[in-house]
Amino acid sequence: MNSFVVVFLKEVRENLRDRRTVLNTLLTGPLFAPLLFVLLINTVVTQELEKAEKPLPLPIVGAQYAPNLVAALKQQNVDVQPAPADAERAVREQDADVVLRIGADFGTYWGKGEPAQIEIIYDASQRFASTQAGRLRALLEQYGERTGAMRLLARGLSPNVLKPLSLAERDQSTPQSRASQLFSMLPYFFILGGFIGGMALAIDTTSGERERQSLEPLLANPVPRWQILGGKLGATSAFATTSVLLSVLAFAVVGRFLPAGKTGMTLEIGPLFAAGTMLVMLPLTALLATLQTLVAAFAKSYREAQTYVSLLMFVPAIPTMMLSFAPVKTQTWMYAVPLLSQQVIITRLLRGDFVPASGFAMSIVGSVAALTLAYALATAIYRSERLAISA
Amino acid sequence: MIEVRDLHKAFGKVIAVDGATFSARDGEITGLLGPNGAGKTTTLRCLYTLMRPDGGSVVVDGFDAAVDPIAVRRRLGVLPDARGLYKRLTARENIAYFGRLHGLDPATIRTRSDAAIAALDMGDIAERRTEGFSQGQRVKTAIARALIHDPKNVILDEPTNGLDVMATRAMREFLKRLKREGRCVLFSSHIMQEVAALCDRIVIIARGRVVADATPDALRAQTGQSNLEDAFVKLIGSEEGLAA
Repeated sequence: MNSFVVVFLKEVRENLRDRRTVLNTLLTGPLFAPLLFVLLINTVVTQELEKAEKPLPLPIVGAQYAPNLVAALKQQNVDVQPAPADAERAVREQDADVVLRIGADFGTYWGKGEPAQIEIIYDASQRFASTQAGRLRALLEQYGERTGAMRLLARGLSPNVLKPLSLAERDQSTPQSRASQLFSMLPYFFILGGFIGGMALAIDTTSGERERQSLEPLLANPVPRWQILGGKLGATSAFATTSVLLSVLAFAVVGRFLPAGKTGMTLEIGPLFAAGTMLVMLPLTALLATLQTLVAAFAKSYREAQTYVSLLMFVPAIPTMMLSFAPVKTQTWMYAVPLLSQQVIITRLLRGDFVPASGFAMSIVGSVAALTLAYALATAIYRSERLAISA
Repeated sequence: MIEVRDLHKAFGKVIAVDGATFSARDGEITGLLGPNGAGKTTTLRCLYTLMRPDGGSVVVDGFDAAVDPIAVRRRLGVLPDARGLYKRLTARENIAYFGRLHGLDPATIRTRSDAAIAALDMGDIAERRTEGFSQGQRVKTAIARALIHDPKNVILDEPTNGLDVMATRAMREFLKRLKREGRCVLFSSHIMQEVAALCDRIVIIARGRVVADATPDALRAQTGQSNLEDAFVKLIGSEEGLAA
């Protein structure tokens, strides 16, 4: 039997007997990420929806100076509340999302037909305050426009004088594309699943084996080191791939519980999505497993390896963060960059956007090229004398 | 047959082996004796090609380690200083793993394992996972897996380290048995009595150099000491590192 296969089978068998590793690969890795993701999305969407439909709670300072305005707001589903002693403080302490303040001289200016000042007090750094302030602003502007139109009519002018432009917005987003903004984090969760699945083996087969003093006897066998390494990498990749596969399947199931419909969004979580995702994730998972092994082999001890490998976990977060906070147009070159290409392709699949066959091909070729490089690097490390010496 | 010629190995400025030359013959037990830090383990590591020597050559059964390390490893059974087992595999699975790495077929692995398990008297532990094995049980398993391919040459680095009296006696008997089977046995030790009791030939190494290479009787004659321990002290030039 080929030594590669011998090493591979032994590592798989040995690690399948380790309950913690199996638990991580089959349960924690694949389930943790999608569940966390769905939970997160659910909370965010539900809260947004509730806030949008519920009456807007609004403490008003000086309500008595503008009874007509307050009455108009009440008709627009605003729940007028008594004024806080200190409006700024109430907002800072999050006792209120937004507070409206009407000055004592409001009536004077209003009566003279001059702009009467009102203040919206809110804290834009609070999660929902901007949305609430926006709702209030829209209501106030409507009220202002209505009043302005009536004043013009009273002077015998057409309200259209003040409307040189007729503005109409045509939003080109599809329900899928609106959803995708929320879901651009998803690829990272798949990658994370693979990371958790491969972590135990990457460490166990390298610095773990050295620390347990079994690497030196192993290397005394008449097998080239690159074959031993290949078997170990194969086993690590197999565990990581299992994790990713289960992760994608788990998402396909729990994804149905996402409140996407409520927001008018639809997601393409079907067999096509799962197959496309697995296709681009396969070479990436092998690449990540190799990088994990590489980093773990560098470490002097098991503990050190754990630290390095954990730090490595943040690297794939970089393109995800970039793309979800600063979305850019998909460029052709992006399909060739590992991590970035998976991010782009999986997000597009989820949106139901077209991914060209050349995009898939470039993604796979790019990742396999990086994998080859990482493997060559790992082999070089495995050839060094330092590697085998335990003591 | 293991031949070492003018072996050199340094780690940075520390010279571990400094021109060692000796050979170990088939059907003999050769003891590599020296104080701690004399370069025994480094010499052995160069023999089983874990390390590349800076200079000199290692030849096993006519194969040069620098030219064909795989062929050399194929002809060696090695019990290194590090003898860790896979704790989630049974003793028999540990042995079979190395058999497969040597390319042996399952039937051969089965017969050889059975023979080794009987010879090392480890029938009671063969099917147990090696987690929690005693030092003696671990060494037995490590030896069985090192010899699964029936090698002509056997290298053991301090094989009795950490063993109790009974296990040490059993180990000595086993080494003699390997010799009777016509193998070339090379082991290192820092224990004088052990080497004296077993070896046909003693190679004394100190500060990376071979200071003596002779039969025990010849050593006594060479140094003019009737006691081997005194001969040893005289040869290495100090009593440093001489453990009983």
